[in-house]
Amino acid sequence: MPFGRPCGLRLRSKLERCIERILLIATAIAAVAIISILLLLAYFCLPLFTSGELGEVFSRRWQPFAGSYGILPMCAGSFAISLLALFLAFPGAVAICFFVHSLAPAPAAGLLKTLVHFMTGIPTVIYGFVSVFLLVPLMRDWLSAGTGFTLLTAAITLSLLILPTIVLVFQARLERIDPTLTLASAALGFTPIEQVRHVLIPASAQGLLVAAILGFGRAIGDTLISLMLAGNAAQFPVSLFVSIRTLTAHIALVLATDSQSMAYRSVFAAGLVLFLLMGMINLLIQRIGRADNEKTYEKDR
Amino acid sequence: MKTINLLWLITVCFLVSAVMPFDQGHCNALESFKNLNGTISIAGGTAHIPVMNDAAKTIMTFNPAVRITVEGGGTGVGVQKVGEGLVDIGNTGRALSPEEIGKYGLRSYAFALDGVAAVVNAQNSVSNLSAEQIMDIFAGKISNWKEVGGRDAAIHLFSRDEASGTREVFWKKLLKQGTVAQSANIVPSNGAMKVAVAQDPNAIGYVSIGHIDESVKALQLDGVAASQENALNGSYPVVRKLYMNTRGEPNPLVQAFIDYILSPDGAAIIRRHGYFPIE
Repeated sequence: MPFGRPCGLRLRSKLERCIERILLIATAIAAVAIISILLLLAYFCLPLFTSGELGEVFSRRWQPFAGSYGILPMCAGSFAISLLALFLAFPGAVAICFFVHSLAPAPAAGLLKTLVHFMTGIPTVIYGFVSVFLLVPLMRDWLSAGTGFTLLTAAITLSLLILPTIVLVFQARLERIDPTLTLASAALGFTPIEQVRHVLIPASAQGLLVAAILGFGRAIGDTLISLMLAGNAAQFPVSLFVSIRTLTAHIALVLATDSQSMAYRSVFAAGLVLFLLMGMINLLIQRIGRADNEKTYEKDR
Repeated sequence: MKTINLLWLITVCFLVSAVMPFDQGHCNALESFKNLNGTISIAGGTAHIPVMNDAAKTIMTFNPAVRITVEGGGTGVGVQKVGEGLVDIGNTGRALSPEEIGKYGLRSYAFALDGVAAVVNAQNSVSNLSAEQIMDIFAGKISNWKEVGGRDAAIHLFSRDEASGTREVFWKKLLKQGTVAQSANIVPSNGAMKVAVAQDPNAIGYVSIGHIDESVKALQLDGVAASQENALNGSYPVVRKLYMNTRGEPNPLVQAFIDYILSPDGAAIIRRHGYFPIE
């Protein structure tokens, strides 16, 4: 008897209710935490709005000792580094996915998958540390690109960090595509490469977008790599070889200043920008997921 | 149950102190740790770390019941953490402002004199610059080493973050509050500065004298070496005091630590790391 006697059933439902309640509490705690973070950030940013210092914070110059507190160079720096990292990581990640999914022999695919999973477990500081001693001198000596602590150096390292994220997200999408689709195309005489080009890519277009956005979000949110490798000079990213500062690194560097200073308050503006940006990214992903349900070609679940 | 635990702890402490070797005659300052136990947490200025680590190691070897943790973070972090009660001792590389003392009720204990020196890569042929030249270099007006007698290569500027006590003294006393080029790289600690300058043959930066070793070369300023003697007799001007700070009256264990740093034993440790002890 799979369900046991009635009293066992009652016990089971009691247990279920208990689990339900625990899950509800956990969800509530998470939701309250996020909302209170937002409220707290807004509260700390309030002086900026009321005192009219907002214009000063969203200006183009950061020179705290000369009275300029603009965080726009950092906003631009964050965008530049994340876009560049995405640009570097995305093609490789997508290639890995298709290779593993339909082109590679099983042992190679397994090996590659293990490698990517392993990469997700490497702490950020390891990437940063290794790059300081390997990539930075390389950039400095080979490309004579200033100090070697540049936008490009940090973006290359960051691309390694976000590659597994993109691979895992996109891989999950690919695996959910209805196998009859590939079977039918194989029956029509498509070679594996033609299958990827004409069937899998169009069928997974939405997954590509979601993976890219998530990778971008991961890159924007990272602190340590840009702090260790991008040079942290508060200037606009006018070339690949300049030293730049990201919003996250800016927060890390300035958080320790005198808490009464204007420089300190700019940290909260930077935090709010980051928070809103991440919120927007999440909303975007949700919208994509909802808007296009009939185009996912997923097998019935 | 609680009393039994306490009894155990006391017994263990007693046993541990009973088996400790007393062969060194000069461990008087350490004696005050004999019957103490607990933890001391220290954070803040990165110039202080070598001294703090050495003292912590000596004390913890003498009495393992005392645990001392030393973290960095910089002067600003030191003030914030001790002010908010997150650590017992917050280290700063500058005197506290009246607002900081008023806001948190902090007490300061100056224990060492430190100099801040401009440093270059060990391979750099330049070894002496005038204050004027250093100001021009950091302002970006001089951008090639050949303009100051070095080889033909671009100067790579490294500076410290806004909350750094080292930056504050260098900027006030050497750069005379002049501008620092916007393109200067910013590193978050004395250690990171040393690594950056040691790696880059064309770099110039500045570190606390206690952090100088063979990996970087300290520049003479107008012909005066950045040594502790010159800092003490006043001929090297870019100096500051290093402080430990506590919120209100320190507890007996923290007081013992501060007394140890200020004792002759502590002075020996301070000297060993290139700083000069002050009473």
